[in-house]
Amino acid sequence: MAVSQLIGASIKRREDPELVTGSGDFVDDRSQTALAYLYVVRSTQAHARIDAIETSRAKEASGVLAIWTGKDLMSEFQSPLPVTTSFVPEKKYPNHYPIASDRVRYVGEPVAVVVASSKAAAEDAAERLDIRYQPLPPVLDIEAALKKDAPVLHDDIGSNIAYDVKRTGGDIEAAFRDADVRIKQRIIQQRLIPVAVEGRGVVADYKKFAKTLTVTSSTQIPHFVKIWLGVILGIPESNVRVIAPDVGGGFGSKIRVYPEEILVALASRRLDRPVKWTEDRNENMKATHHGRSQIWDVEIAAKRDGRLLGVRATQYLDLGGYCSQFGTFQAIALLIAQGPYKLPAFDGRGVGVYTNRTPTDAYRGAGRPEATHLIERVMDLVAQEIGMDPVEVRRKNFIAPSEQPFTNLLGLTYDSGDYRITLDKVLELVDYPKFRKEQAEARKRGKYLGIGFCTYLEICGLGPSVATTAAAGIGFWGMSVVNLHFTGKATVIIGSSPHGQGHETTFAQIVANELGLPLEDIDVVHGDTAIGPMGMDTYGSRSASVDGTAVYLSSVKVREKARKIAAHLLEAAEADIVYEDGKAFVKGTPSKAVTIQEITGAAFQPHRLPPDMEGGMEATTFFNPPNFVWPFGAHVAVVEIDGETGATRVVRYVAVDDCGTRINPMVVDGQLHGGIAQGIGQALFEEALYDETGQLRTGTLVDYMIPTAPDLPSFETAATVTPSPTNPLGVKGIGEAGTIASSVAVINAIVDALSPFGVKDVDMPATPEKIWHLMNRNGGTKR
Amino acid sequence: MRRRVAVTINGAKHEHEVEPRLLLVQYIRELAGLTGTHVGCDTSNCGACTVEVDGHSVKSCTIFAVQADGAEITTIEGLAKGSTLHPLQQAFWDEHGLQCGFCTPGMIMAAKQLLERNPNPTEREIRVGLEGNLCRCTGYHNIVKAIRCRTQGAGRRFLTEGEVRWRFHN
Repeated sequence: MAVSQLIGASIKRREDPELVTGSGDFVDDRSQTALAYLYVVRSTQAHARIDAIETSRAKEASGVLAIWTGKDLMSEFQSPLPVTTSFVPEKKYPNHYPIASDRVRYVGEPVAVVVASSKAAAEDAAERLDIRYQPLPPVLDIEAALKKDAPVLHDDIGSNIAYDVKRTGGDIEAAFRDADVRIKQRIIQQRLIPVAVEGRGVVADYKKFAKTLTVTSSTQIPHFVKIWLGVILGIPESNVRVIAPDVGGGFGSKIRVYPEEILVALASRRLDRPVKWTEDRNENMKATHHGRSQIWDVEIAAKRDGRLLGVRATQYLDLGGYCSQFGTFQAIALLIAQGPYKLPAFDGRGVGVYTNRTPTDAYRGAGRPEATHLIERVMDLVAQEIGMDPVEVRRKNFIAPSEQPFTNLLGLTYDSGDYRITLDKVLELVDYPKFRKEQAEARKRGKYLGIGFCTYLEICGLGPSVATTAAAGIGFWGMSVVNLHFTGKATVIIGSSPHGQGHETTFAQIVANELGLPLEDIDVVHGDTAIGPMGMDTYGSRSASVDGTAVYLSSVKVREKARKIAAHLLEAAEADIVYEDGKAFVKGTPSKAVTIQEITGAAFQPHRLPPDMEGGMEATTFFNPPNFVWPFGAHVAVVEIDGETGATRVVRYVAVDDCGTRINPMVVDGQLHGGIAQGIGQALFEEALYDETGQLRTGTLVDYMIPTAPDLPSFETAATVTPSPTNPLGVKGIGEAGTIASSVAVINAIVDALSPFGVKDVDMPATPEKIWHLMNRNGGTKR
Repeated sequence: MRRRVAVTINGAKHEHEVEPRLLLVQYIRELAGLTGTHVGCDTSNCGACTVEVDGHSVKSCTIFAVQADGAEITTIEGLAKGSTLHPLQQAFWDEHGLQCGFCTPGMIMAAKQLLERNPNPTEREIRVGLEGNLCRCTGYHNIVKAIRCRTQGAGRRFLTEGEVRWRFHN
């Protein structure tokens, strides 16, 4: 059978045996001699001046090694924490240091650190600190931040507005002039907490005489952390090593350089011993960044025949107390709100504001769920207004396959896709006509069933370096090294840094496919900055399409070198050499083949090589993709609402996704399942809430409810395959698609279920209370 | 004041002087050195620390080490026999029932107890039985499948690396 079947094979993950037996290697599992423990003392105030921190009583506590306040440490920082510079060029952002010295701007901001011989001793000592704050009036939400007389968080910026920009295309005035239908809608993207089940943790070990720093961190971005540890602490980058061991989930929450990574490293340098910090769950809820937290004001212009003419949309984004590293990335929503539709005009405005709440940054989807929610609510609002089936409205507006590659209103070019095919397939799977019949019958019995559609298009695979430099101030690429050992076994170094995505398995499949090596002879290594060149780490559904392509290209380079050596060994012309299934032979004589193992052995014996060839069997690739990749799909949620309590149950969830070539379909489906669950969590359960003083009210998993097993159905997934023309493997990203599609599919289903009550929209999370009120607002009368 | 605690974990005896406030999960991880039992929250919600204490499934962050004095404890490290995985560990692997793997040890310990109490659960019973264990990666889909597969003897759906070699190289 052809080796090419390895791409597309659902091979069980090689990562799993360690993880199912408790032999995983997470940061908190690491112990070493002389380890000291750091505890971060955090602000209890949302907005305040720090008058004084009295440490003397705490310093006397048993086991204490050191206590430092922000003032004690400030001179050590040679740079503030990084911020991506220019996604929105007018952005004004403050210098944000790892620890506050004179003023705090959110509950949970570090104000002091205690280092002690044990975690308990550090926590005990922290309780003896006497911290005096002078409270300032807090800014508690977006609308409060925008008020003329609002307290200003950052004096040097002069207002709470970080940016106010336009992103427009087409003639919006004409669109509204020509419209038969004009609809206004406000959409709330509530504040979410990512909740990776493993919180963050850091172990740092600075060697005084060698001047080297090794940091082990539960991070998605070891390479970025390495750079910034060096910059901020003034250590040559070559002397810094960052290791991301097994990482217990990220979802964007481990995508930035965090204050604690700097503080723990600094403590190790100051104390000349290894130091460890792990956050507890309450800390995680306050001090690990949040996501979404946006208000969207939307105006729609459409024709009565279902054609969309234009959308005006303002995205108000709550950045929290500071501008986080990728905090403004969520504004990417303005560039892709058009989705898979022929929208003649888009008038977008993005406003970013500071509030006295935890900083926001990427959370699974980051900008794309918001864009998708917007345009997919628009489709249903138009459908409802003109009395047309929501499926029909989508069909009317789809970009036709003949128009691909299609350049959208903001200048981004979609790579491929016939958006009808996933919709057709999902309609067939869900049996739409049958559902409508059941729905009508159920309503007669007082049961409210609803169906919700989402035909999404997403942008991922960061990214083409020119485009990302323009948009985010940094170029991106994929990195790989494929290195064959003397015996023909391979070590593959990848630039991405997985935390559950199964790269060790899927990337081995790519190499095995190209070189014909047995899978078990291929070791895929990652998450350690000391083992290879700089990589760009893991986020934005980029690993398969960008680093996967780099792995493919390195494999091709190795194969080409193998062909040259084979030609020399077989005394034939290179053009006559066939390389197949791990063997090279002269065309027509496969019985006299040399294996890749024999060829690699020769590569390490210079006398057996062509005279002008260097030894070794290694290739490195930096892959700069020519475009983003553009996965698409059609998701359908079917919900049942309890007429008495307003409780919603998702009874069916059917997803058809097209992410191009699927390297390992089992892994792809797994990514979708988790993503769908997180989107359902946003639609039905999750919301970070603050009280009137700026205290987080949902600081534990009792108050902040992520979905549990009985909250969810089993999911039905299917695929279409439209290979991406952007890379030779034809792959697109799938890590975030589930989340991007599912929250709005569920909301559309709820609105559909509640249509007898004249309901047009419902805010997330759609709690039983909200739905009960919608059903009973007119004394329960139906329209 | 320190107190003496003696427990048996996975058949091995452990004895330590501990602070009364030490949680059982800290004892297991830090003193017994068994780090497969994870800590995911402080409020007994996530279930990552689930172990068996005298045959009962227990979230080991909910009890103090001193309360477990004299107990027989089984942790995730105690399930496999040599290099043979426990059938549930095998099922989680076979059905892609894990991604990051952080919740997995607690999830498998909870599933083990679930099946001991109800050897042939429906999908709904499995889901309700896992309510105390949180997973953020899998949407529970393949976790439920793994447990159903274990009880219903369904065949494996995915390939091992060895099978791939046999299929594609022979």
